[in-house]
Amino acid sequence: MPQTLYDKLWDSHVVYVEDDGTALLYIDRHLVHEVTSPQAYEGLRLAGRKPWRVDSIVATADHNTPTTDWNEGIKDPISRLQVETLDANMREYGAKAYFPFLDKRQGIVHVIGPEQGATLPGMTVVCGDSHTSTHGAFACLAHGIGTSEVEHVMATQCLVQQKMQNMLVAVDGPLARGVTAKDVALAVIGKIGTAGGTRAAVEFAGSSIRALSMEGRMTLCNMAIEAGARAGMVAVDDTTIAYLKGRPFAPTGEHWNRAVAYWRTLVSDPGAKFDRVVKLDAREIRPQVTWGTSPEMVVAVDARVPDPDKEKDPTRREGMERALIYMGLQPNTRIEDIRLDKVFIGSCTNSRIEDLRAAAAMVRGKRVAASIRLAMVVPGSGLVKAQAEREGLDRVFRESGFQWREPGCSMCLAMNADRLEPGERCASTSNRNFEGRQGAGGRTHLVSPEMAAAAAIAGHFVDVRNWK
Amino acid sequence: MEKFVLLNGIVAPLDRANVDTDAIIPKQFLKSIKRSGFGPNLFDAWRYTDVGEPGMDNAKRPLNPDFVLNQARYKGASILLARKNFGCGSSREHAPWALGDYGFRALIAPSFADIFYNNCFKNGLLPIVLNEMRIDHLFNEVNAFPGYKLTIDLPRQLVLSSDGATQIAFEVDAHRKHCLLNGLDDIGLSLVHAEKIRAFEARRRAEQPWLFG
Repeated sequence: MPQTLYDKLWDSHVVYVEDDGTALLYIDRHLVHEVTSPQAYEGLRLAGRKPWRVDSIVATADHNTPTTDWNEGIKDPISRLQVETLDANMREYGAKAYFPFLDKRQGIVHVIGPEQGATLPGMTVVCGDSHTSTHGAFACLAHGIGTSEVEHVMATQCLVQQKMQNMLVAVDGPLARGVTAKDVALAVIGKIGTAGGTRAAVEFAGSSIRALSMEGRMTLCNMAIEAGARAGMVAVDDTTIAYLKGRPFAPTGEHWNRAVAYWRTLVSDPGAKFDRVVKLDAREIRPQVTWGTSPEMVVAVDARVPDPDKEKDPTRREGMERALIYMGLQPNTRIEDIRLDKVFIGSCTNSRIEDLRAAAAMVRGKRVAASIRLAMVVPGSGLVKAQAEREGLDRVFRESGFQWREPGCSMCLAMNADRLEPGERCASTSNRNFEGRQGAGGRTHLVSPEMAAAAAIAGHFVDVRNWK
Repeated sequence: MEKFVLLNGIVAPLDRANVDTDAIIPKQFLKSIKRSGFGPNLFDAWRYTDVGEPGMDNAKRPLNPDFVLNQARYKGASILLARKNFGCGSSREHAPWALGDYGFRALIAPSFADIFYNNCFKNGLLPIVLNEMRIDHLFNEVNAFPGYKLTIDLPRQLVLSSDGATQIAFEVDAHRKHCLLNGLDDIGLSLVHAEKIRAFEARRRAEQPWLFG
């Protein structure tokens, strides 16, 4: 029987299944960071257990680390304790690799996994972070998990799982200039809603996806969780294999050849059955901007803020009204008339080298608008930062008036010092526009790196399809 | 883990869709390296009128009188009635920890986000999915009758009203039900299969050696 990519990944990791379908799923790669691991290590310690397979663990500190003044360490004592707790757990239990605060290879866990070749096709990948779905870009089954599951995977190398449904999101056709993987992701969420992928593993397919770089595919799979899907994935092709060749933890020699032969099988078979199918025509996708407090509250840049009076469903209408009050927006305002206070380019969604190149190309030789209080670029990792600096992108950003920061999660979730003040409005390349996400009272508009960069220059949103 | 068998408790209604885990427990409280003590900061941004930070004396903070959990009639609630896609967003288990620490043992909604749903079971918290019509009915009941209580009977998989007029069946996986009823930790159960895991791992190591070492 023809199988989907998800069926193949599932079948190849089942250790044991109970009568009700509950399975023990073997985990190949466990990514660990400082926020969701301390209680898991504590649990192991209290139960007198040891990690089952230390060489499956790749760890870094990213959520709490500052993006300025690294020579001064982590000033917030509570953040510092969390990072030091990870350091101590790494010393006690070990890992295949640990990239601590200040290491040149440190960075956002979902950027460094692929960058190091620690994420490989056919793997199951877990991390105590919902954006683990990112790694599905490599035809992995990648789940975000909670801390109890982090402890469970450490203790047993397995996750207790029920098989999800198969969902196909097919996007076909060429993307217009200025329309990116981020816009595709937001357009998909706008179409199916933030619960549209609940209980499903989503495969992204179609000619538009095939044409995306690995960076673009990671952006798309990263946002699968915002559509409610715990896992997103893309089948293996030449782009996948070319990206992996020569990465530090990628196989070499004879193992490389064997691996590639296997990886080539990681595609959905012709005729494989999906429980749900959603189709999008790439030609209809325009640059996207969220206007509300949920990623599904999204419209195209040339549209207007929607009017709740036109919404019939009462729960939805109330949600829209509440969102507009929080966001300080009037219905029917043109998106291009929305003025901004801050601009954030970064996060596990959009902080890779390609994102920075695209943003730099928008701002080269231009100046950030005087009305913008802060425009910042936070590279996804130390290696992304170094690469960007070799290409002179840091100079382009700095000369335009952007701040060029050290890597980390930064203002995507504002656990460090980078945050919005109450009422501030931000164009952000991150993934969540929830109330308070980027700082209490902060107002977030999710966009692509190109859109964020252009908005910084103009001081308000602009349609990058017409950018000169 | 605390066992869950029968629960009789006051129901608090939270009438918003897409309540995300950032709302349930804002990120500044994720810096704790413990599992407990999150209750006072549950729904922090909605519950208080100031901006909460770790280390504050929550008893002295100004409460938002409009927020449901601050209303006297819902004091001591152990069942939270919610709208669709409750718990969306981050995988932070601090969300169910905060709900449990506050005193909730069961949640009733038309749908839950996947990771959150899963995290609840690991912490002795029962998320119950009922259809929108039932949920609307329960919201009406809770709003109409101060002190409205429900009984949740996990062995029989029933939600019951005190007067017996409402009796609603719900679904739960056999494995998860077994763990909740007996207060079992998944790790011990999984380690029963340690030999199978080792055998699987040995086969995998032979077939795909590049995944190891």
